[in-house]
Amino acid sequence: MTKISRRHVLKGGAAFAAGSTLGAPMIWAQNIKDVTLRQFGTGVSNLNEVAQKVKEDLGFTLEMTALDSDSVTQRAATQPKSFDIADIEYWICKKVWPTGNLQAMDTSKIKNYDKIVGIFRNGKLTPESVIAQGTAPHTVGFTSGPNGTDFVQEESGWMTLIPTIYNADTLGIRPDLIGRPIRNWSELLNPEFKGKASILDISSIGIMDMAMVVESMGEYKYPDKGNMTRDEIDMTLAIFTEAKKNGQFRAFWKSFDESVNLMASGEVVIQSMWSPAITAVKSKGIPCVYQPLEEGYRSWGGGIGLSAALTGLERDAAYEYINWYLDGWVGGFLMRQGYYSAVPETSRNYMSADEWGFWFEGKPAEGDITNPYGQVMEKAGAVRDGGSFYDRMGSVACWNAVMDENQYMVRKWNEFIAA
Amino acid sequence: MERLLKNKALSGWLMVSPLAAILMFFLVLPIVMIVIVSFWRATEFSIIPDFDLENYQYLFGSAVTYKVFFNTFKYAAITWALTLGIGFTVAYFLAFHIRSQTWQIALFLLCTIPFWTSNIIRMISWIPFLGRNGIANSALISWGVIDEPLEWLLFSDFAVILAFVHLYTLFMVVPIFNTMMRIDKSLVEAARDAGASGAQILWNVIIPLTKPGIMIGTIFVVTLVMGDFITVRFMSGSQSANVGRLISNDIALLAYPSASATAVVLLATVLIVIATLLRFVDIRKEL
Repeated sequence: MTKISRRHVLKGGAAFAAGSTLGAPMIWAQNIKDVTLRQFGTGVSNLNEVAQKVKEDLGFTLEMTALDSDSVTQRAATQPKSFDIADIEYWICKKVWPTGNLQAMDTSKIKNYDKIVGIFRNGKLTPESVIAQGTAPHTVGFTSGPNGTDFVQEESGWMTLIPTIYNADTLGIRPDLIGRPIRNWSELLNPEFKGKASILDISSIGIMDMAMVVESMGEYKYPDKGNMTRDEIDMTLAIFTEAKKNGQFRAFWKSFDESVNLMASGEVVIQSMWSPAITAVKSKGIPCVYQPLEEGYRSWGGGIGLSAALTGLERDAAYEYINWYLDGWVGGFLMRQGYYSAVPETSRNYMSADEWGFWFEGKPAEGDITNPYGQVMEKAGAVRDGGSFYDRMGSVACWNAVMDENQYMVRKWNEFIAA
Repeated sequence: MERLLKNKALSGWLMVSPLAAILMFFLVLPIVMIVIVSFWRATEFSIIPDFDLENYQYLFGSAVTYKVFFNTFKYAAITWALTLGIGFTVAYFLAFHIRSQTWQIALFLLCTIPFWTSNIIRMISWIPFLGRNGIANSALISWGVIDEPLEWLLFSDFAVILAFVHLYTLFMVVPIFNTMMRIDKSLVEAARDAGASGAQILWNVIIPLTKPGIMIGTIFVVTLVMGDFITVRFMSGSQSANVGRLISNDIALLAYPSASATAVVLLATVLIVIATLLRFVDIRKEL
């Protein structure tokens, strides 16, 4: 309650200041120190270090709340007044944008807009790239105008989300417990790993991993994995339900920590996994590989969106924040954990040549590679799983997606879990 | 004014009104709300007020619902039987075998010590213990009892029940101990004098007199287990479902109407179970 009233006072004060001293930058610079922006999102990029650095570099306060994907979607869709900045994934944007809870962002105010990688603008990493299936970020990245609630397929100058972070996901394995090369997604259902496999229990992502497996098994070739028909959903889940009943899975995981524990304890030797989870397992001294697979990666991307309620000084501060975000410090911070930044070239300024070579270019590390917290992640000589940025992002087979039949899929998913 | 206050009917109403208001506001109103919402419709990100039976039709039309309700009852029944067995034994020991009241209280408090940590922590601490390379398996292997680690120790119904029993046994011990302490010891002596054996005393004297305690414990355990979702999720490795998990999944996906409908059915089921239980024992008479 106190927070709300303080914010009201702040807003009033800001409006008064704006009214009386319009255009006086010094006053503005002092005022901005009082601004508090409330950001929420999934754990991956909601990092306290970012909030601290914002305070240092920009002077205002950023409050971070980390939630799981479902809760993030829920909050963005139902409680627009509870946040100023939403740090969400593109597939969540597809669900949330039509509610009008977020406002379009003017790309002319984004300093590094021209340097944002093609994936988020025209969908193409390089001019020759083929756009992968699913909710590719550029398809939900632009809207028609300042008040648009639609999506447009060209660079309209109004962005729904400013891209910040993305990566290519694949299966994680314990090479020491498997003892042979793994090359295909179909290995997840290989009876050899009976009782030692896992898949994530987040329907919209899990179904994509399942589709990769089904295609890899040669059972079916989806016209569009990111938008299945009811029959395709039934067929996919039937295959996995049968595997579940045969005891293929040790457990399902829903949170990052669960996936780390399953892998580190050896309960599971092959599973869907996220890149920092691999890192977390490795940092315990346990071998773990983010295995590149022949069929390609399942990719995801996130960005920051502004609440529709954000105006005036606070909105200016938010743009300031976005420009700072793309300026390289955060990019470097994220890239040194294995993610990619939307503007890689600015991040390069905040990474050593060796770090850039290892993380981005896929070159062997010359010295020990440490993460931003100083823990050694890779020894000298190591090469990143999957290679360079262009190797990895160039073999994306599908993006995390929301289907037209999403509700049907979710119900079927629940039946799978209960089966 | 004074005359008003002396009016028995009025003062009675006044005395009951604070409690009634609290119950109205925090219990009845939310339940009414849940019932109302259960008839609404939901799209992916919005909830539309309506009068639609679709949620219930889907619920009753799906084989998964019956399976999940069956699972919920299974967990409740097994947990009940085990907690009753353990709880009754512990309470019996405390009440009839420990002579000094100081020791009774001391040992009783000892039982409650694990409850100073949170439910979730007590539950999660089982996971490393029961795992494939966990303490239980390595101990059994080193003793030569088994050659291969037991897979069913963790992420199975066994693990779920184990956690439930661990979490909820005290809810059985407390009310049973309480009623046992109030059994007049001379009744036991009288039975003994009349030639009853230990088993007969237990069966014909102690158990009938302990029934209200058993019943209260039963209500605690059954409602807690039937309403749980987190224990089932963690201990089964998300592989089993009970009704609570159905509801929590629905909520996570913004399907509040469907979650409400499931909650209403669960509430009705639990109420029926409790009503049935109360037919056997009149708790109020015995308290």
